[in-house]
Amino acid sequence: MFLDTTGAIIAATIIAATPLLLAAIGELVTEKSGVLNLGVEGMMLVGAVAGFAVDSAGGGAFGGLIAAMLAGAAMAALFGFLTLFLLTNQVATGLALTMFGTGLSALAGQGFVGTTVPRLGKIDIPLLSQIPLLGPAFFSHDALVYGSVLITAAVWYFLYRTRGGLILRAMGESADVAHAIGYPVIGIRFAAVLFGGAMAGLGGAYLSLAYTPLWAENMTAGRGWVALALVVFATWRPWRAMLGAYIFGGVTIAQLHVQGMGVSIPPQLLSMLPYAATIVVLVIISRDATRVKLNAPAALGKPFLPTA
Amino acid sequence: MSHKKVPLLRLEPRAETARVMVYAAPLIAVVLTLIGGSVLFALMGFAPHVALYNFFIAPISDTYGLSELAVKATPLVLIAIGLSLGFRANVWNIGAEGQLTIGALFGGMVALALNDLTGWYILPLEIIAGVLAGMAWAAIPAFLRTRFNTNEILVSLMLTYIAQLLLNLLVHGVLRDPAALGFPQSKAFSDSTLLPTILDGTRVTSSTIITLLIVGIAWVVVAKSFVGFQIRVAGLAPAAARYAGFRQPRLVWMTLLAGGGLAGLAGIFEVAGPIGQLQPTISPGYGFTAIIVAFLGRLHPLGILLAGLLVALSYLGGEAVQINMGMPLAVTGVFQGMLLFFLLACDVLVSYRIRWRGTGQGAVTGARAAKG
Amino acid sequence: MNLPPYRLALKGITKSFPGVLANDAVDLALQAGEIHALLGENGAGKSTLVKILYGVLQADAGEILWHGSPVEIGSPAAARKLGIAMVFQHFSLFETLTVAENVWLGIDKTEPLAVVAGKVRETSERYGLPLDPNRHVHELSVGERQRIEIVRCLLQNPELLVMDEPTSVLTPQEADRLFETLRRLAAEGMTILYISHKLDEIRALCGKATILRGGKRVAEAVPAEESSRSLARLMIGQDFAEAERKPDEGRIGAKRLTVGGLTIASTSPFGTPLDKVSFEIRGGEILGMAGVAGNGQAELISALIGEEKVPVGMLALDGTDIGDKGPAERRSLGLAVVPEERQGRSAVPELTLAENALLTGHQRFSLVRHGLVQAADAARRAGEIISRFAVKANGPQAEARGLSGGNLQKFIIGREIGQAPGVFVASAPTWGVDAGAAAAIHQAIIDLAATGAAVLIISQDLDELMVMSDRICAICAGRVSPAIDRAEATTERIGLMMGGSFTVAGEAA
Repeated sequence: MFLDTTGAIIAATIIAATPLLLAAIGELVTEKSGVLNLGVEGMMLVGAVAGFAVDSAGGGAFGGLIAAMLAGAAMAALFGFLTLFLLTNQVATGLALTMFGTGLSALAGQGFVGTTVPRLGKIDIPLLSQIPLLGPAFFSHDALVYGSVLITAAVWYFLYRTRGGLILRAMGESADVAHAIGYPVIGIRFAAVLFGGAMAGLGGAYLSLAYTPLWAENMTAGRGWVALALVVFATWRPWRAMLGAYIFGGVTIAQLHVQGMGVSIPPQLLSMLPYAATIVVLVIISRDATRVKLNAPAALGKPFLPTA
Repeated sequence: MSHKKVPLLRLEPRAETARVMVYAAPLIAVVLTLIGGSVLFALMGFAPHVALYNFFIAPISDTYGLSELAVKATPLVLIAIGLSLGFRANVWNIGAEGQLTIGALFGGMVALALNDLTGWYILPLEIIAGVLAGMAWAAIPAFLRTRFNTNEILVSLMLTYIAQLLLNLLVHGVLRDPAALGFPQSKAFSDSTLLPTILDGTRVTSSTIITLLIVGIAWVVVAKSFVGFQIRVAGLAPAAARYAGFRQPRLVWMTLLAGGGLAGLAGIFEVAGPIGQLQPTISPGYGFTAIIVAFLGRLHPLGILLAGLLVALSYLGGEAVQINMGMPLAVTGVFQGMLLFFLLACDVLVSYRIRWRGTGQGAVTGARAAKG
Repeated sequence: MNLPPYRLALKGITKSFPGVLANDAVDLALQAGEIHALLGENGAGKSTLVKILYGVLQADAGEILWHGSPVEIGSPAAARKLGIAMVFQHFSLFETLTVAENVWLGIDKTEPLAVVAGKVRETSERYGLPLDPNRHVHELSVGERQRIEIVRCLLQNPELLVMDEPTSVLTPQEADRLFETLRRLAAEGMTILYISHKLDEIRALCGKATILRGGKRVAEAVPAEESSRSLARLMIGQDFAEAERKPDEGRIGAKRLTVGGLTIASTSPFGTPLDKVSFEIRGGEILGMAGVAGNGQAELISALIGEEKVPVGMLALDGTDIGDKGPAERRSLGLAVVPEERQGRSAVPELTLAENALLTGHQRFSLVRHGLVQAADAARRAGEIISRFAVKANGPQAEARGLSGGNLQKFIIGREIGQAPGVFVASAPTWGVDAGAAAAIHQAIIDLAATGAAVLIISQDLDELMVMSDRICAICAGRVSPAIDRAEATTERIGLMMGGSFTVAGEAA
């Protein structure tokens, strides 16, 4: 009985963490290339509604996920065009992307409010899922949970074990140097921005197709912003982003459980916890300025104009 | 071998800011938004000209409509003025919605506490409470940024969620009016705690006049004062500000407190004006929309005044097309997002010249002419 | 007659930027195995030409012939494929990556990193350029960083090696060693295009020189047959009076700036902490400080400006401790400091010259009253600076970013000198500035000292220090050597001091 409950709590934590992890890994790659996209929340929302729409229209869960990635990437392309080609301010453009995405998703999702789709199916890993505690906790999840871990591993491998990853990191270090050596800075950054958008879209779709298989306006409830904070928390390292996402998932699930157990703490206070935790974590990480400076991509947020 | 790669579109920095573009860019952005809006309406199956008329003209075709424009523009302009000071200094307070909420909550609590009294001092007291509460909420990101180097964007945004939950908690709890049949709302404010309307038959209050005064003060600060100059230098070139000895932490504190205070003021103006009580939702996203207003107004007080009116119209227009044509209210958000995108894109023209493939030769002859 | 074609020939290369014709029908011809100088003062169009040659920029008109056949060089990768390699003046290195990773990113062959690391070690040893492939760039000295660039080029077996102002970051001794390497490479058949404005170097090293002035090729010369003076005339186009400073025993006054045991950490993770830096400057005196970039100059400048407060007892201005005072307070006490970076630090590019006068002049020019900016006064002050220092600009309302490097620097120096400081500090005051403006800046500083101000000039340009200074010291690894009199200073001695052999200075004292 105890084992069952613990297993369920761990499983729920992982599920709550998955959308955060997906969005954070995408943003991490974008930021590693030197671009700060604050539009994660907007891209997640558009991904969520696109995935839900395609799934509802009979495209299936898989079709929904693909649509979400495309929609997120399309939003990111808009951001990339403005910031990389027209050199607009990255902070302001990211904010605009979030506002636009919020409005667009609400508009597009008008007809879906109150409808539902089948929840993304679970895949029990043979044998492993039979293990008490560990099985239900780790090996009985939907494909995207496994996928998010694989993506994290792939991003880590790409960034730190391949020449392409080295080029991407170099791009975030100094666009001018990369340009002088002859790398297509804007093209590579654009690709990184698109990847970030696709992952944010996927994270959004996880919310609308797996976490709570329905569409509601603003259903991300700030998760896009939490994902941005996670990238800082992780000091731009993929595995630490995963750790951070699971900690936040844990906080979210813990407050839900406390509410469920009928403890007489007002639910609003408990709902504040993830947001307050984000602030605390940001303070802890950023107080060590040197460490942040050493890990943050040096060119983050700086516009690049290829002149000479 | 490799071939000559000439990009289709290329930006060339201008030697001098294009003064004409400073004013033309927002106008071009508005026109592009209208075009984009027409496309959007057409895609949704509405005749663009009918929809545009209903969105932009119908809401302000009578006096009451104009007065409503003032009601909506007031909080937008107030908040945008405060935010613009920060944006000028590269201080990104995007939590004005939260500061507004806290200002409304604490100002409103003072109003409720004094609800049964009468006296001239009651309104000033609740307004001061609202401003101070907004400032206190903004002081958190200011403290964390200056002390721990923490990113104010994320902190101020997280605090917005917390502020809304706090308001929600209190109107469901201690502030709930027992007579409200279980609805989460406070008692209605009494006359002595409400702002007087200044035009009969409208919802325009003295808050609009105070806002105009604040626009004037902000203009002096931005255009004439040395503090305004320091803020601008800190935003344009932080290293130059350090070199000159402008104290950055002080500027961060000042701009965040100004932003929080004005957002708090907007909050108490809303609850002591058009709303008249505390309820779970106080603003239809004024705190976020004000970011658009600030940019559309080029971070300049007079520009913000005009931009505030235009963006207020998008709220009225959204409501109008919802009522008259059955369109979803979310159209407003899409319009506002589009407007900001187009504006940011048009801003490029202020500092850069756009060259299309094949127009490069003009520069040579131009340069030759300039040399000779 | 069938002479072998030139290895590289540029014909009629033309390139313009808004408002500037950087290259105007430039020709250049290079043969196998020669060391060819591209000579010209700042702004003559040298950098633009080599960027076109290396595919970073595209010419508007003109032709590039490689071994006699026309080629288009669309990117640095295309240039490398032809056999052209380049060592940049501002190194194209990523600080947080290792030596091997940097080399790996800069070559086009996709060999595994480990193989590249091995080749780096081997090549660097063969040419006397020792390097550890596994160190991070930010741990290395400027000279070592240059070796990375050179080794990266050599790994591609280029036929043409372009070097842009390579000795500007080296001590004289390091420069001599570099010349040996270059001569050896040329002897092996490599063509070297050597860009510089240092005439002695070119006469010692190069067989031929192409001289650019105002974007045009004005001459081709054999440097060995020219004097430095005749080369200078070709480069500048006219004789003009260089600033001069005559020794004058009587004018040295009381101590004005005292730096005693200044020890501070660097705020930048890759910076150099200062270690017990001590020197003093008297009224009327100019102290020159030599040193290779990155040896603590940035930290010293920052500490003098007051951006970083320093403990009590380490910094005194006219006998008053100023360690805990901020930049504005120090300025009002009469300390003016001009850092190296112009755009974005000592001037704000987007602001007008009047507003830039306000930036540091608000106190001593009294441009603020009751918290309000006196815009008319600021414009008048800016106008005075513009006319007194012959700044080419469209009046006080011109934006700083529209000015050339030399004109902006004249404005900045003019702004600081115009405030009549008691102590004046400038880092690289004429870096990237054309000869005319440099002479004007030097004269203004000399005139300031003659009024009794104490002056510190921090520079990598030994010629500048030799002309200007009464005494010369050197900074190395965050420590400052004792100063020696100019009369006793030789290039070689200062070079050794720059390399950290402070005893050379001590013997003289």
